[in-house]
Amino acid sequence: MIPRHLAIAVAVMFAVTIGMSVYIWRTRRMVPTEPAAYSHPVAPPVEAPTEEVTLYVAHDDIGALRAQTARIPLPSGRQERAEELLRALLRLYLGPSSSHPLPAVAEVHDVYLVDPGLAVIDLNSAFADGHRSGILVEELTIASLARTLSANVPGINRIKILVDGKGRDTLAGHADISGFYDVEAVDQLAAELQ
Amino acid sequence: MRWNRPVSGVGPGQSRLVIVTVIVVAVMIPVLLSVGAGDQKRISIYSGSANYTLNVQDRDGKEYVDLLEILQPLGATSIRSDRSSWRLRFGNAESEFIPEKARARIRGSDFDLPGKFKLENGRGLVPLASLSTLLPQFLGAPVAFRESSRRLFIGNVSVHFVAQVNRANPPSLVMEFSSPVNPMIATEPGKLRMVFTHEPLVPPGSQTLTFDSKIIPSANYAESNGAAEIAVNSSVPLLASFSNDGRTITIAPAPQRQLQTSIPAPEQQPASATAIAPPQAGAASSVTNASPPATYFAVVDASHGGEERGAALSDQLSEKDVTLAFARRLKQELEARGLSTQLVRDSDVSLTVEQRAILTNAAHSTVYICLHATSEGNGVRLYTAMLPAGAESRGPFLDWDTAQSASRATSQVVETSLATEFEKRQVAVRSLMAPLRPLNNVTTAAIAIEVASPASGIVDLNSPQYQQLISESIASGVLAVRDKLGAAR
Repeated sequence: MIPRHLAIAVAVMFAVTIGMSVYIWRTRRMVPTEPAAYSHPVAPPVEAPTEEVTLYVAHDDIGALRAQTARIPLPSGRQERAEELLRALLRLYLGPSSSHPLPAVAEVHDVYLVDPGLAVIDLNSAFADGHRSGILVEELTIASLARTLSANVPGINRIKILVDGKGRDTLAGHADISGFYDVEAVDQLAAELQ
Repeated sequence: MRWNRPVSGVGPGQSRLVIVTVIVVAVMIPVLLSVGAGDQKRISIYSGSANYTLNVQDRDGKEYVDLLEILQPLGATSIRSDRSSWRLRFGNAESEFIPEKARARIRGSDFDLPGKFKLENGRGLVPLASLSTLLPQFLGAPVAFRESSRRLFIGNVSVHFVAQVNRANPPSLVMEFSSPVNPMIATEPGKLRMVFTHEPLVPPGSQTLTFDSKIIPSANYAESNGAAEIAVNSSVPLLASFSNDGRTITIAPAPQRQLQTSIPAPEQQPASATAIAPPQAGAASSVTNASPPATYFAVVDASHGGEERGAALSDQLSEKDVTLAFARRLKQELEARGLSTQLVRDSDVSLTVEQRAILTNAAHSTVYICLHATSEGNGVRLYTAMLPAGAESRGPFLDWDTAQSASRATSQVVETSLATEFEKRQVAVRSLMAPLRPLNNVTTAAIAIEVASPASGIVDLNSPQYQQLISESIASGVLAVRDKLGAAR
């Protein structure tokens, strides 16, 4: 025979559990399902004179890189210039009529310029984790980032890509990012892709 | 003290028993799962045209295998599937299987299966025990299935061997095989094990062979999980060497000098340049041989595999499966043109790029072909290595990251020839370089091929007709430059 007080306690707990479940279900329905567009960190606007630069933009439909001129505000520091260049490129890829869509929360954390001639591009993990997998689609992204840097920031000989500050074997299962890219080889690749 | 009183007849002893049981179950579940994960069941299939290994699945307490995976390497296959039936055509043999029914119709006759047919993501799984009944109906050839060891022999394929210890000092065990073999070799104190996965090795008269030698007193033959194993017992460490085009394995006590070296197969070939792989925990231990294997003209590498699925080409199609099907078909096409070919993987296994490069370099092949598949675009893309910034090569030792540099010219010769063959067959083709491993680690002509779907759509990427067209083009392209590649080496 179960004591009465124990039966009451179990019934109350059961009722509370049901109540909490209903509350959570209703709360989840009210929360917007696509917070990404709002939670995406936005880089502060740069106050600098506008300059004309050449961006190398990937086009998936023809599997090619195309040089495209753009006017963007560019700070005087080399490192800040490099970061702004890649962010301008990313804005094209994240736009609604992107020629080479990237994950919605893809971001370039930083670009470090290390003498002599090394540029380190640090991407966020969403960039790599959500990137489409395939040899051409991955190498288009890498060639686009690297060629845009080498064309607009003089003195870069080698490029290294990190993800969240760490080394990684491939961008999305194919293109190797474990080593250093020679800018000469990147330029040759970009020429092949044009 | 009412709260301490036993309630509803459940005493403290029983409560403790329940708690202990829950803890034991919680501990045992992960242990049991981890044991199961490390012991993948496999079946090996040997036929006149191809030898290969497939994964076995457990369903309803029975062992199952993908019927299409078994038949694809043996000839042209096609499937039509809906919820109510799964129809497979192999050559001119039509068959029909009904999901969850233990009955099949092949060439108009009904057959009982020892378990229900399973349809999972378009794949037709049949009980392993049904293979000796089903396959002869499709193939029109006798089939011998050793169910306990999961080794299936189609037609009269077999490799026999004899073993004897010679009287030299120190003595050595000489094993003569009726065909070339390429076992995986491992040593442990008092034993040298040779595991034959791709060879239809059949047992000798007795499972235990005894020799009149104190150093090598005996050897044991055993079969399990799709492989045959010969374990040579010895009182000293042993070393195996190959000769006679892989038909003879000589096992002798290891000289002291060789015992001190820890670098595997490539260093045992001082005649050619060697790329030294970076040290990696566990790398290559399960796929490379301790001794140089027989030389192949081509090494074909189906990219990805195992847990690494590659690109998701569609809801049901993974890159790793498409590349494996392509690789098997390409091997057939190359061998039909007299070009001996080795597959880097012939089943759904996971290999690192280092393992793939080590295996390729150890095979001393003339050309390395890496297969990829994509859902982006149409046609075929050919890639040669885009070399990263690497260190300098020193003497006969090549820098690992740029080991391909000396072979780039021959890789481009292959690329041009393949492009010509694709154009002849009106397949859209494009030649590029790519930062793609292990191309840059390979010391021979190396090319990667990314196959996209035909204009008809992604579904046809896996169709036998399209795969045949692509494989024929590649094989013809390689054959066309065979002499140039041979001269380059």
